[in-house]
Amino acid sequence: MSLDRETVARIAALARIDVAEAEMDGLVGELNGILDWVETLNAIPTDGVEPMVGVGADRAPLREDVVTDGDRAEAVLANAPDPEPPFFTVPKVIE
Amino acid sequence: MADLSSELLGLTIAGARDRLAAKDITAVELTEAYLAAVDAARDLNIFITETPERALADAAAADARIQAGDAEAMTGMPIAQKDLFCTEGVRTTAASRILGDFSPPYESTVSGNLKAAGTVLLGKSNLDEFAMGSSNTTSAFGPVSNPWTATGDNRPLAPGGSSGGSAAAVAAGAAIAATGTDTGGSIRQPAAFCGVVGMKPTYGRCSRWGVVAFSSSLDQPGPITKTVRDSAIMLGAMAGHDPKDSTSADQPTPNFEAALQSGVKGMRVGVPREYRVDDMPPEIDAMWRQGIDMLTAAGVEIVDVSLPMTMSALPTYYIVAPAEASANLARYDGVRYGARRDGDDLIGMYGATRGEGFGQEVRRRVLMGTYVLSAGYYDAYYKKAQRVRALIAQDFDAVFQDVDALLTPTTPGAAFAIGEKEDDPIAMYLNDVFTVPASLAGLPAISVPTGLNALGLPLGLQVVGKAFDEGSVFRLGQALEDAAGFDATPRLLTGGRA
Repeated sequence: MSLDRETVARIAALARIDVAEAEMDGLVGELNGILDWVETLNAIPTDGVEPMVGVGADRAPLREDVVTDGDRAEAVLANAPDPEPPFFTVPKVIE
Repeated sequence: MADLSSELLGLTIAGARDRLAAKDITAVELTEAYLAAVDAARDLNIFITETPERALADAAAADARIQAGDAEAMTGMPIAQKDLFCTEGVRTTAASRILGDFSPPYESTVSGNLKAAGTVLLGKSNLDEFAMGSSNTTSAFGPVSNPWTATGDNRPLAPGGSSGGSAAAVAAGAAIAATGTDTGGSIRQPAAFCGVVGMKPTYGRCSRWGVVAFSSSLDQPGPITKTVRDSAIMLGAMAGHDPKDSTSADQPTPNFEAALQSGVKGMRVGVPREYRVDDMPPEIDAMWRQGIDMLTAAGVEIVDVSLPMTMSALPTYYIVAPAEASANLARYDGVRYGARRDGDDLIGMYGATRGEGFGQEVRRRVLMGTYVLSAGYYDAYYKKAQRVRALIAQDFDAVFQDVDALLTPTTPGAAFAIGEKEDDPIAMYLNDVFTVPASLAGLPAISVPTGLNALGLPLGLQVVGKAFDEGSVFRLGQALEDAAGFDATPRLLTGGRA
């Protein structure tokens, strides 16, 4: 499997990361190098092996569905770029 | 004064604890000595943010606790916090531009535990951006220089990474200890490069709550210290079950320091043959053999063991970790916190914010992760890697039927020059070839400095233990430390050494 510029551009769009045109060729080469290397895993038989999603408990612990925190709008907004309390702001999305 | 200062800087946590308890020194005196050391070490670029006023206030509070007879083991210890731990009201950057001047409104559980234990915050230490790197060169705040330099060559060397600032701080005598986080080797590799002790506990031992997330199934906080005993003391103050982290283990925290008394006689330690890689440098192989001899002399039985999946661990890691990173880093969108760059519309704002806010290595990993999780490739890459990860964990389960722990080198080489390996991501990734397998299996592992190479640079050995058996790891680490008698000091040491 080899990535072309178009595919890398599509991944970058999915990841919402602008990539400068000048960086594209280098990035395509690096990602292909890494992909070739990780594809060595294809040689390992894994039929019937359960995927390991993490270490430890098989399921997340449950707790009572009660409020443990909150009512801290000021703290939540304290690091926001251009907030209009009590709101975050984004560029206009409706014409 | 200079003599007192270098005497204070030479103390370990265990030593300082005794002197503070004897009221022979004060936490303020200790802190002032370390603040001067932070000044003296500034050229190394260890700290992203220094907090001298906070340190003096913490120290005064610690002295009051000591006077009141209310001290804990870590009370009054001047430490560095890796700048990946959210610290309430103290800028936290993850060494990334994208976090801007982020000032957390809350304290991470681990840094909060250390705060509650009475530690003194000297500052936030430098790291690879979002903990992604093995050299500390991906930091948006510039690289850290290793306090060690090669004999006859003053070129600055990398401290390793990602916890490069933390390891350099302890090595340079600019903090009595420091926190780190380890995802694939980010505590152990810099500890080895800087000649200090680095401990990655069992996954789940220390809470990840409030630690800027990189790869959630792998990230684990741990201590970087001068000695194994200090590591045991500090881990005790960091660890504990935390309901706010759903992966935090509901396990009691043992007295790790007390475990050291048991010694190692009669323990069985495996030497995995697959770690003896074809191109292993002779100095690494020699160090490893010396470690085997040290443990044998201490009464340990050495057993040849096999971990057949070893060489698959690194490629597995470089699918799993970027995949999780791409999901975790989706939160940096220029809306709720951090830096924002304007674009033509909302999507344009996201792209500009993330394109400019993330550095090269972070962009590369997020793109890699996005690809392996994307429709049509998820099974071929991500699911495949998770299946191989299961096989890697099974390897460890099998050998731990027969042995108490494993002994390996920590790294395939000593510290390299800043700027080396930058053109080839895979060459950089290979730094973690010996540390990543234990990360994938979630096992505790320590790196202990055991000698110098021909260029006068430190080398470390790694002990890997069973899940939640940090006690055995510390005991074996102590045996290596005792036998190696590692007392070399870096060229750029600001104070003395015990």
